[in-house]
Amino acid sequence: MNRQICFEDVTEGMNLPTLRKSPTTQQLVKYAGASGDYYQIHYDQSFARDNGLPDVILHGALKNAFLGQMMTDFIGLNGNLKKLSCQYRKMDIPGKPIYAKGTIKKKYIKDEEHIIECEIWLESENGTVTTPGYAIASLPSKNILGK
Amino acid sequence: MENFETVITKQMRDAIGVESDPVINDVEKGAIVKFAQAIEDGNPVFNNENIARQTRFGGLIAPPTFLRSMKVGEANPTVNSPYTANLDGGSEWEYFEPVRVGDQISVTQYLSDISERRGSLGHMLFMVRETKYTNQFGNVVALQRTTGISYNPSN
Repeated sequence: MNRQICFEDVTEGMNLPTLRKSPTTQQLVKYAGASGDYYQIHYDQSFARDNGLPDVILHGALKNAFLGQMMTDFIGLNGNLKKLSCQYRKMDIPGKPIYAKGTIKKKYIKDEEHIIECEIWLESENGTVTTPGYAIASLPSKNILGK
Repeated sequence: MENFETVITKQMRDAIGVESDPVINDVEKGAIVKFAQAIEDGNPVFNNENIARQTRFGGLIAPPTFLRSMKVGEANPTVNSPYTANLDGGSEWEYFEPVRVGDQISVTQYLSDISERRGSLGHMLFMVRETKYTNQFGNVVALQRTTGISYNPSN
């Protein structure tokens, strides 16, 4: 497992490590089964087109999960994710890679917690941001043992 | 501002703020692992009980968006959009405690806002819902606000 990142290791303006995901139609079916969201726009192409969509599209909540994974990967086992939000501005279709990215906007200590606030987003291969969001997490501090 | 005929009914407005009956969801180990596999997140605390036991969590926990898979009770009164096509507009999570294997999560939800406007898919109806997830100890583990968009697919 990776070394735990601490509050002292991060700076405002720092980029989070990019998470590359490669969603496929198979993954959308797996996600439908695991989440219980069987809406056909996510696996039935003709149904999707009849609904005015270009193709089957990724579940918004799956995109939310990708952003969640990027954050939990970054903050490690001793970080706590406190807020995770995103807006599904543009649709993403399977068969193309998608990149979860982020930047630390603020770091501060509040109520003895070492907080980071991050702008996060999903971006397609050509750099279009499809899913902007925001996350707040706490990190362990080197100065407070066991916290 | 374009003019359009509203599809928001009095019944919809009356439903704002009315909480659904709680539904208890058991958190099963297999469901957490299956969810982590579906989102292709290999983090051992979501996948590997033996490794997860050695962490501060003491066992498997659910990935942050796992709660989305939980069953929610029917709203009373029910709120039905006149449109059959739906899209997810966005989600905001607030987390307070990890969700563990064996937890019994009580889920309640209410409609908090309803609005409409013209957009790329024609006339679109926006419904904002607030969902509360409470564990068997009475602790709120997470809150989620979701925006659902519905539209007429033949537009």
